[in-house]
Amino acid sequence: MPTATATTRFTGVDFYDFDRLLGEEERAIRDAVRAWVDEHVMPIIGECYVEGRFPAELIPQMAELGVYGANLPEEYGCAGLNNVAYGLIMQELERGDSGVRSFASVQGALVMYPVYAFGSEEQKRHWLPRLASGEEIGCFGLTEPDYGSNPGGMITTARETADGWLLNGTKMWITNGSQATMAIVWAKTGALDDASSIRGFIVPTDTPGFSARDQKGKLSLRASDTSELHLQDVLVPGDALLPRSGGLKSPLMCLTQARYGIAWGGIGAAMACYDEAVRYAGTRVMFGRPIAQTQIQQVRLADMLTEITKAQFLTLQLGRLKDAGTMTPFQVSLAKRNNINMACECAREARRLLGANGILAEYHSMRHMANLESVYTYEGTHDMHSLILGQEITGLNAF
Amino acid sequence: MKIAVCIKRVPDTEMRFTIAADGKSVDPTGLKYEMSTFDEYAVEVALRLNEQHGPGDVTVVGLGPDGVGEILRKALSMGVDRGVHLTAPEVPFDGRVVAGALAEALTGQGYDLILFGRNATDTGAGVVGAMTAGRLGLPCVTAVSHLEIANGRGTARRELEGATETVEFPLPAVLTIDEGIARGRIPSLKGIMAAKKKPIDTREASLGAPAIVVDRLAPPPDRPPGRIVGEGPDAVPELVALLRDEAKVL
Amino acid sequence: MAAIFAFAESRDGALRKVALETVTAARRAADATGGGEVHAMVLGGPGIADAAEALGRAGADVVFTVEDAALARYSPEVAAATAAAAIADGDYRAAFFPASAEGRDLAPRVAAALDRSLLADVTEFTFEGDDVVASHPAYAGKAVATLRLSGAPALLSVRPGAVTAVEAPRTPRVEARPPALAPAEARVVVTGLVARGAARLDLAEAPVVVAGGRGLRAAEHFGLVEALADAIGDAAVGATRAVTDDGWRDPADQIGQTGRVVSPDLYIAVGISGAIQHLAGMRSSRVIVAINRDKDAPIFKVADYGIVGDLFDVVPRLTEEIRKLRAG
Repeated sequence: MPTATATTRFTGVDFYDFDRLLGEEERAIRDAVRAWVDEHVMPIIGECYVEGRFPAELIPQMAELGVYGANLPEEYGCAGLNNVAYGLIMQELERGDSGVRSFASVQGALVMYPVYAFGSEEQKRHWLPRLASGEEIGCFGLTEPDYGSNPGGMITTARETADGWLLNGTKMWITNGSQATMAIVWAKTGALDDASSIRGFIVPTDTPGFSARDQKGKLSLRASDTSELHLQDVLVPGDALLPRSGGLKSPLMCLTQARYGIAWGGIGAAMACYDEAVRYAGTRVMFGRPIAQTQIQQVRLADMLTEITKAQFLTLQLGRLKDAGTMTPFQVSLAKRNNINMACECAREARRLLGANGILAEYHSMRHMANLESVYTYEGTHDMHSLILGQEITGLNAF
Repeated sequence: MKIAVCIKRVPDTEMRFTIAADGKSVDPTGLKYEMSTFDEYAVEVALRLNEQHGPGDVTVVGLGPDGVGEILRKALSMGVDRGVHLTAPEVPFDGRVVAGALAEALTGQGYDLILFGRNATDTGAGVVGAMTAGRLGLPCVTAVSHLEIANGRGTARRELEGATETVEFPLPAVLTIDEGIARGRIPSLKGIMAAKKKPIDTREASLGAPAIVVDRLAPPPDRPPGRIVGEGPDAVPELVALLRDEAKVL
Repeated sequence: MAAIFAFAESRDGALRKVALETVTAARRAADATGGGEVHAMVLGGPGIADAAEALGRAGADVVFTVEDAALARYSPEVAAATAAAAIADGDYRAAFFPASAEGRDLAPRVAAALDRSLLADVTEFTFEGDDVVASHPAYAGKAVATLRLSGAPALLSVRPGAVTAVEAPRTPRVEARPPALAPAEARVVVTGLVARGAARLDLAEAPVVVAGGRGLRAAEHFGLVEALADAIGDAAVGATRAVTDDGWRDPADQIGQTGRVVSPDLYIAVGISGAIQHLAGMRSSRVIVAINRDKDAPIFKVADYGIVGDLFDVVPRLTEEIRKLRAG
């Protein structure tokens, strides 16, 4: 009995009875998001990608489903899931499209998480339920035009005045920037060479002096908004400060949360490509037989299945460690680095297997292939994660 | 309204489907299960009726082995209030036996409506709903594709071959739900978390002796290989000739 | 000698095609079990007794006619009580019902009234001593179950089209019977019956079904399918779930696992890729023709004849050729 049975809908990849390691709720949550992606993302995503449009109509639907900050507590209007369930949500969203997953990652891990981790009780009660319900949409302003892999060098400043905080600076590559109603902005409150003075601020995007402009001409993540934020004498009240944020460590903790979800997302994108490749190979006939019956395509499929299966177990254990409270950022780096690289490889091989059809938006592999180049680069590039691991292994900093 | 929905756990036929070595059952290896499609519609109908007509109570009833708990919880995650699991090592193929066990569990509970799917997507017989109604002595409408309830009476539509029938009935009643009214909703993540806190009453099903047994389960006979007559409109005359002279269907 | 009971379905005062199929099935059962009589029952408004002759031609030795103005429309509870009473009163080896929309409603009611098991929606059957052994497609068409029912009377419903009606003429004894439940006592009442697309044959009855899928690209292109069905004449029009989901066609036209199951003599699939759910609804058709531009579409695996090409070129040509054939 072949593993690759012909089905009309996506049924995941499970070669090693992975499902048995998941709890019933974890499976139910994955299946619910999978069904939602089938019903609402798959029919429109190719067109959105070609048009370069983020499907904003999905924002309230994802809120209703409960994906935003799903691993944060119920008392703040969130679903209170464990981190494995949260990871499976990211996997399923990215099976649809990295842009859709990115939206949810930013809202949850980069906006809701810092409010939850560094905010006052009042900030949490005000913002978290509104962000969970999609009433407010957030973005995360850390990266700057000249400070990507080195965010500690940022030159955005926050100066305390009698009326509150005065923010100045430019942030770049900001997912959701033009959709957002609020931004988490990271800025230096002290000298520009003092990374320990970095603090987080909640900035409503209608504050005078705040502007966002979409970056044009993207060849990747086309169904996602990526923006540049300008803050010119943006004055926010004193209670806009996230009181428990302090130093570069705070935004990096957010990135660890997001990267954790990205590691799962990579599996989803790879599964989508593998699934498409298997189906295509089984029905595409060349030289009188399905191309699935050729050695070169079988090697491709075997490689993909092997890598996806390895990544599943690696990432599940990462999630169990996160739930146990013992996960380290280095372990997250390893998973993000491995899974996204793996997903890039799967997407490219799947696209090649699809031949000329593989370049059409009607198929998914090339869209994933192009998306994953961004994912490879954002939230710590592949190379930076190599250096993070290198430092962890040797104790020597090679940045 | 107080509504019961009888739901069945069936193999997900989208996934691998293999006949077991005994030649009369489905090989459970690697099999995944789901709620039968029409039963999911029935759950949705129950939820929507109570959303329209004010608060009520929806119970799902499932019969079968341990795994039935999972589909009961799926229904609970969609918004159903409580579950009843009638345990049995397997679901008999004989609908009369299933109807007997369900009727015993449903009787005297004061349900305004008892809903079923039109048929289970595995055995596909479509007899249990009407048979259960018979046991309970309740009015029954099968294969309902449109439904309105008002003042203790219902109006249903049924799709017949080439026609649509309107049926009126008093409550309490048993209905089996067809395609057309509602697809099952996707449970929210909060709904899934809430489901585990909802009650499921588990007790043994009282199954009588079946009169129908499965002798054999076999793949459907292969159709003889067909042929591509040709490409494009130029192949049409040959196709018409084949349909007339060889297949004799024109 | 035990007899065989057959329920003859009628609508609007006329027998339906499945009525003759049911009597043929019963005749075959009678002949296989020692040549007993076939007793057919038909319910309807005044005049339905005229159907007795046709039932005799199909092989009924006795026809029970139940005429009542209130039975001009199907009355599920009256029909069930009356059929159950007749079966209980007689010495029947088996009782046959059609697995049509009405029969699928009626047969389990009768079974419940008699507290008997029912072999539903069977495609083949044989009698083996005290048992009936029947085939029933299950698991979304992925398997055929062979089921064994012991005891008498055995109740069966037969999938429309599974048995071809043949003549076995005789002059039946006609016996008028009263309804076993006064129609006024029925709780469930059919208050309306509206024909859909009056000019068109129904999916379950038509010897030819022309069905369209997503390949048609838009609702208005179904005109091509309609035109082909018109040219053939005795054809019904069906659709895939994708098409009915998109609202191009009425949900009642859907063929497949969650829609109608058809087995016509000729099934023409236009722009249908052939998802397993769709195949579950049509793979038992006698002859399948597929027209699709993708030569690797799964529909070609079940098709007897296929044309690879743009349906917008092929279908009009086919319509034209069939018109010529019909005219010539």
